[in-house]
Amino acid sequence: MTLLEVKDLHVSFPTADGVVQAVRGVSFEVEPGRTLGIVGESGSGKTVLTQTLLGLTPGAEVTGNALFEGADLLDLSENEMRHVRGARISVIFQDPLTSLHPLYRIGWQIAEMIRAHEKSVSKKEARERSIDLLRRVGIPKPETRVDDYPHQFSGGMRQRAMIAMALSLEPKLIIADEPTTALDATVQAQIIDLLLRLQQDSGTALIMITHDLGVVADIADDVMVMYAGRAAEKAPKREVFYSSHHPYTKGLLESIPSSSSSGDRLKPIAGSPPSLISLPAGCKFNPRCAYVFDRCLHEEPVLHPVTESGEHTSACWLPSRAAGLSEKAEELREEAVREHRGEEAAEVAATGDEGAGD
Amino acid sequence: MGADDNVSSDDNVLVRVENLVKHFPVKAGGFVKHTVGHVHAVDDVSLVIERGKTLGLVGETGSGKSTLARCVAGLIPVTSGTVNFNGRDITNLSRGAMRPLRREVQMIFQDPYSSLNPRRRVGAIIGDPFTVHKTATGAERKRQVQDLMERVGLNPEHYNRFPAEFSGGQRQRIGVARALALRPKLIICDEPVSALDVSIQAQVLNLLADLQQEYGLSYLFIAHDLEVVRHVSDKVAVMYLGRIGEAGPKESLYEHPRHPYSVALLSAASAADPDTAAARQRVILTGDVPSPIDPPAGCRFHPRCPKAQDLCATEEPALVRYKQSAAAEVASPAAAAETVGGEAHLAACHFPVADGESLAAAGTKELA
Repeated sequence: MTLLEVKDLHVSFPTADGVVQAVRGVSFEVEPGRTLGIVGESGSGKTVLTQTLLGLTPGAEVTGNALFEGADLLDLSENEMRHVRGARISVIFQDPLTSLHPLYRIGWQIAEMIRAHEKSVSKKEARERSIDLLRRVGIPKPETRVDDYPHQFSGGMRQRAMIAMALSLEPKLIIADEPTTALDATVQAQIIDLLLRLQQDSGTALIMITHDLGVVADIADDVMVMYAGRAAEKAPKREVFYSSHHPYTKGLLESIPSSSSSGDRLKPIAGSPPSLISLPAGCKFNPRCAYVFDRCLHEEPVLHPVTESGEHTSACWLPSRAAGLSEKAEELREEAVREHRGEEAAEVAATGDEGAGD
Repeated sequence: MGADDNVSSDDNVLVRVENLVKHFPVKAGGFVKHTVGHVHAVDDVSLVIERGKTLGLVGETGSGKSTLARCVAGLIPVTSGTVNFNGRDITNLSRGAMRPLRREVQMIFQDPYSSLNPRRRVGAIIGDPFTVHKTATGAERKRQVQDLMERVGLNPEHYNRFPAEFSGGQRQRIGVARALALRPKLIICDEPVSALDVSIQAQVLNLLADLQQEYGLSYLFIAHDLEVVRHVSDKVAVMYLGRIGEAGPKESLYEHPRHPYSVALLSAASAADPDTAAARQRVILTGDVPSPIDPPAGCRFHPRCPKAQDLCATEEPALVRYKQSAAAEVASPAAAAETVGGEAHLAACHFPVADGESLAAAGTKELA
């Protein structure tokens, strides 16, 4: 049974400069015990998307549905949401220092979380559970460290404490928003290792939001690539990495330095992401796309299956078979461009190429 | 590898750092402060940066890599040791004596948001070096600034815009143009792309590579992203708690790491490839980097090292040279000429890792 089903979610923020369309029609599902990786650059809407699910975007105009355990998260009252947030769905944020209160002891903060949701738990019991949780996330000497303040913890330990807090009520779903971005490489490896182990033990579903494709390659089962508030591509992990269909996904994969690219020039994506206030017509990626043709300028593609199984979906007008990084796929793409590119699109492509050095 | 390629003759060397030490005093007390200890930010580091080449410096937070860079740039005085630039000793020069050298050494910083004055126009920001060093004024200055803007991929018509009107990647280009203004010999890049999105990061890395070719620049490139460092560097040095643990030409270091810390760091780097990620044996280090105020005795890495033995806690290993061949065979203690940044693959470890040796199983040691 699907744990979370988001249908056609739109989120926009009215501002003095205009309406910021942060999320523009995103649908996805999360199954119990699985990990969905949401990848995108700054401003792609990945954080707003998940914060909206938890009612953390006040002032936003929201439409759509988000069914979680039979209830629509978007219809819940603030009071009902409070029972879901933390207990059924918990969140791990990027910066553990700003998410922990600097003046309260770590153990107290975890215990408070437990007692807020489970009124029958005594202070002593809650403390015991906090110590136990800290032990599970690998804090050494949890009996004494439980009384430390956040500043006495290192960055990695704080993130462990945040994970302990997220686990404290055995939620069905954990949303981790860039949980390792602020950490050093060896500490990042520790935290990812920990999340994987805990997930295996508890069967919790995980939504991992990140800009780092390396983290996704490690931890995700399914991947959704977001661009300008929409899903550009959604597929099981291996499909995204080895037979990506959307030119944006392809561009992201090619722009990462790797052992094979060493010494060569990288292939960046030309230009920069569009403003969410004044989005281009048609496909939002068309000004940066090397394969742009006329249809892209006027019609915005929606996610459609590009494989027979239907698991791999992409929002791009290129033919379904043009997937992957191989030369054959490249030929198919170029063929499509030759057939369909008119004068108008040629002009867009020319300015895009100029911007490639940009 | 023959003996002839392990030393770069001094003509090739732009920067030579010898036994550099930088300690910061830790003060305590109320009205009258007294020193209660020192942060050992950089401890006895020697290295060379070759002309037209890139030395990559990797290490985690607190390893001293940024302090080292600031010492090389002459921005902070050193505690002891020498910095030689272009054949001249520039250690602890006075401000006046340093000024002509500032033309030759420039920096690019991590955060393109805080390293540009938000109230000044881009033309003024990039043109400042010309004014300070009195090399161009008036219309000539404007022309040179616009040339620079064009060179780094900015629209010269945006001369009068403010930094806030540019995106993150464009701001980093402004930083690059400013560093380039006086045609320096060395540019120190301190995490220049870590604040940028991947697609933009690739644009800036390509720009840096082009400029290096065009102007024969040398880079000291600091980053925590190992794949980025591998991409841009010729030689790589790994720092841990103020010391260099391992260094060498990048192929040798990435393919045959000898120091357990380098092995762990490389195994922790995330590869954007699910099969590689699944096949890799992760070395999960226990604990965190210890405090540089009171670094561990012996090898500084020993409290976290999966291979540590008694010797490691008492005796600090020296950098020794390794052959690039399969066996982790010690050739000889590093001769003075075999400095970090040269052709030799050097590592400071009593029990170096052999090719194919797995540290993953040993890596689960309980933290004391």
